[in-house]
Amino acid sequence: MPDVITANRLADGVVVFQTADAGWSEDFNRAAVLPDAEATKAALARATEDVTRNLVVDAYAFAVETRNGHVAPKALREAIRAAGPTTRRDLGKQAEGHAPLSGPTAVKEADHVSL
Amino acid sequence: MYHYDDFDAAFVAARVEQFRDQVARRLSGELTEEQFRPHRLMNGLYLQLHSYMLRIAVPYGTLNSRQMRKLAEIARKYDRGYGHFTTRQNIQYNWPALKDTPDILAELSSVEMHAIQTSGNCIRNVTADHYAGVAHDEIADPRPYAEILRQWSSLHPEFSFLPRKFKIAVNGAAHDRAVIQAHDIGLQVVRNNEGEIGFTVYVGGGMGRTPFIGRKVREFLPERDLLAYIEAILRVYNLEGRRDNKFKARIKILMHEKTLETLRDEIETEFAARDAKALDLPPEDVARVAAFFAPPELEPKKPVSDRVERRKSKDSRFASFFASNVVAHKVPGYVVVTVSLKAIGAVPGDASADQMDAVADLAEDYSHDELRVSHEQNLILPHVALDDLPAVYDRLASVDLATANAGAVTDIIACPGLDYCTLATARSIPVAQRIAQRFGDGARARSIGPLKINISGCVNACGHHHVGQIGILGLERAGEETYQITLGGSADENAAIGQITGPGFSSENIVGAIDTIVETYMGLRRRDDETFIEAFRRVGLAPFKEALYERSAGSDI
Amino acid sequence: MVLWRREGFAEDAWAFLADDAEAPETGSIVVSLKRWLAEREALASRTGPVGVAVDAGADAQAHLPELANRPLVALAFAKFADGRSFSYARLLRDRHGFKGELRAVGEVLIDEIPLMLRCGFDSFDVTNAPTLAVLEAGRLPGPPIHYQPGSGGDEAPAGVRSWRTISAARQG
Ligand code: HEM
Ligand code: SF4
Repeated sequence: MPDVITANRLADGVVVFQTADAGWSEDFNRAAVLPDAEATKAALARATEDVTRNLVVDAYAFAVETRNGHVAPKALREAIRAAGPTTRRDLGKQAEGHAPLSGPTAVKEADHVSL
Repeated sequence: MYHYDDFDAAFVAARVEQFRDQVARRLSGELTEEQFRPHRLMNGLYLQLHSYMLRIAVPYGTLNSRQMRKLAEIARKYDRGYGHFTTRQNIQYNWPALKDTPDILAELSSVEMHAIQTSGNCIRNVTADHYAGVAHDEIADPRPYAEILRQWSSLHPEFSFLPRKFKIAVNGAAHDRAVIQAHDIGLQVVRNNEGEIGFTVYVGGGMGRTPFIGRKVREFLPERDLLAYIEAILRVYNLEGRRDNKFKARIKILMHEKTLETLRDEIETEFAARDAKALDLPPEDVARVAAFFAPPELEPKKPVSDRVERRKSKDSRFASFFASNVVAHKVPGYVVVTVSLKAIGAVPGDASADQMDAVADLAEDYSHDELRVSHEQNLILPHVALDDLPAVYDRLASVDLATANAGAVTDIIACPGLDYCTLATARSIPVAQRIAQRFGDGARARSIGPLKINISGCVNACGHHHVGQIGILGLERAGEETYQITLGGSADENAAIGQITGPGFSSENIVGAIDTIVETYMGLRRRDDETFIEAFRRVGLAPFKEALYERSAGSDI
Repeated sequence: MVLWRREGFAEDAWAFLADDAEAPETGSIVVSLKRWLAEREALASRTGPVGVAVDAGADAQAHLPELANRPLVALAFAKFADGRSFSYARLLRDRHGFKGELRAVGEVLIDEIPLMLRCGFDSFDVTNAPTLAVLEAGRLPGPPIHYQPGSGGDEAPAGVRSWRTISAARQG
């Protein structure tokens, strides 16, 4: 399963994703997609260096998948973290045009009509 | 309300500077995250799903307008223009930067507020009845005791590294509005036959993955012995509480494993062995603190206001607001007004900076500068003259804070859930929003009567779902959100833990399931005023189970 | 490991003995509670003083009264978050009248030292580098005023309200 590495920036807590040049971006769509476990391991090692250098905290890898031709986080938790609260579209990365291009199916609410 | 003296101010200021130093050491890399974490937690700072989260104490839920305006200012200046009021009478900001937090705490200290011990394995913010000082059925105002406990527990040298968090609640009225039996220690103010004030002490309540209702360890504890007895409880817990498994570390588990009788004996033995250093609580000191909470001088007035009656007769929305959000003050001619943070479709407990300012203005203009935060995640204007009610209502309505639903089906308590929380297994807020939209604020919602729905986004139970009359617990099954329902919980003096109905419901079906439960209740209630919980106690789980799983096509097993 | 006291860094006169190490005839030694309970008589026949090291995990509470006449008791913080030794310290000082040296060993960190002092500890085995740095700079964190009486012996009542105290001079 392909992965992406994420962490929070130490000074302000902003969620960041590791890019192909081992830097960090606030935008999920610029994250390096790691094709296999070996790549994930190497990328995590680089991320851990940045933890040690006190640039980021809580670095970890999460699974992504291709949906509608776009890379998207597989778990709802990661989808929300990469986009912002589902209840406030004006907050978080989605408000800055950084949400994953394809949201997970689970984020779509079933339509309910008041009786 | 309480005011800091030089001692309190110096203490909080020193604490802010200590944290400023710790943050500086963290940012410079001198402290690792492991070393820094306990310090930031002791100051209410978490790392959450999107960012840091700062939890600020509103001790026993009492605020003045200056403090509320400061909370609004912090929301604008350092956060995203809003804050979240919690079931623990705290406020949480969801987006602060680590580097700004010392400044935020310094700003808070300028209005006598802090974030000390809002997290960590220590004695947390002490909570109390949000109607303290204004309720009819009050034996004594619980807030002086809560304030004394707040002070005594601040940076306690012996009890800052307990096995787990420790929550104390104090209730001063006959009716329990502080959920004291869901706390590690619950204190009920009572009077003995001689008319002396004391406390009935409950220990071992708690929610989380293994909920327990607190058990009585002392029928009457004299006021004087309050601190010494609580010290005895905490010492037994500190030495014997489990430290090998954080899910079994709360005092409720210690009580469960030892039995009530053994734990009570150990507490009493420790209390009896107290030494000269054990704190006696002299009545003069209680009186000094109590003086801060003296009620404002309110001139008694006519208990019925023509102005209010006229408005009621021509404005049905105002009439429903009056029926649901207004209760009588102990002084005739005054009322206690609940400001609902549960507008239909809104995020339960969230208030924008503009709303905070508006409520602060109202407190200043109409409520003797006083406000409360309730554990139901609403705000309270405690001292409003009846004649002023129409004006207060209009101003609340202008900022979308006049929803007439206090205690109703749409007054839902919900934790932040997966939209904000790293520990969550499912979302809570959207479920609350959809349930509120389903029932709306029309005739149907009104005909349902009082009903408490509580939602948590994981087993930690921050939304108190175990004691919700309808409790909803969000879980994750095979990558999908599922919601488990419990019925019959109760958060008052008849505290009870709800019973699980059966298999959970998908996100699509949970609202329908709640609707089914409500319809079933409406169908079987004996009179219009037999409340949901009364009906449930009479008929039990069976009819609801049947409706949910046998008749309803909406359920997915 | 460096020994710190309120007055500053100090030489350690005590030798901590492993359970299987032979006790020297003379000199100040510290043995585990288990060993002390088993070999109390034999140890008493030596010429040097004997201190006892108590692991917070051991059910030490029952033995606190008999430890009260020791010249040194070392209480362990296996992890800084394990706060049991704070209670043991207070019980030793306030209930059992312990007058000897109370040593904190294990994970002793800077922000806990003020609390330890207030519970009656008076010497600290420090290994953590940031902690040593702050101690060297001579600044102890936290307010010098308190909302509870402590057992450190340097606090006076603050006057108003029975629970408040002030540290006389926290730094030596
Ligand atoms: C968003 C960050 C939060 C985190 C990480 C968090 C964490 C936790 C955890 C781990 C527990 C279980 C404790 C145990 O059983 O030992 C818990 C319980 C609880 N929390 Fe939270 N919580 C959060 C937010 C909230 C909020 C927003 C509220 C109020 C709405 C709240 C109020 C409570 C209450 C009332 C309990 C249950 C009572 C108890 O047994 O302690 N928490 N929380
Ligand atoms: S109940 Fe779970 S999801 Fe909700 S706030 Fe608490 S820890 Fe987070």
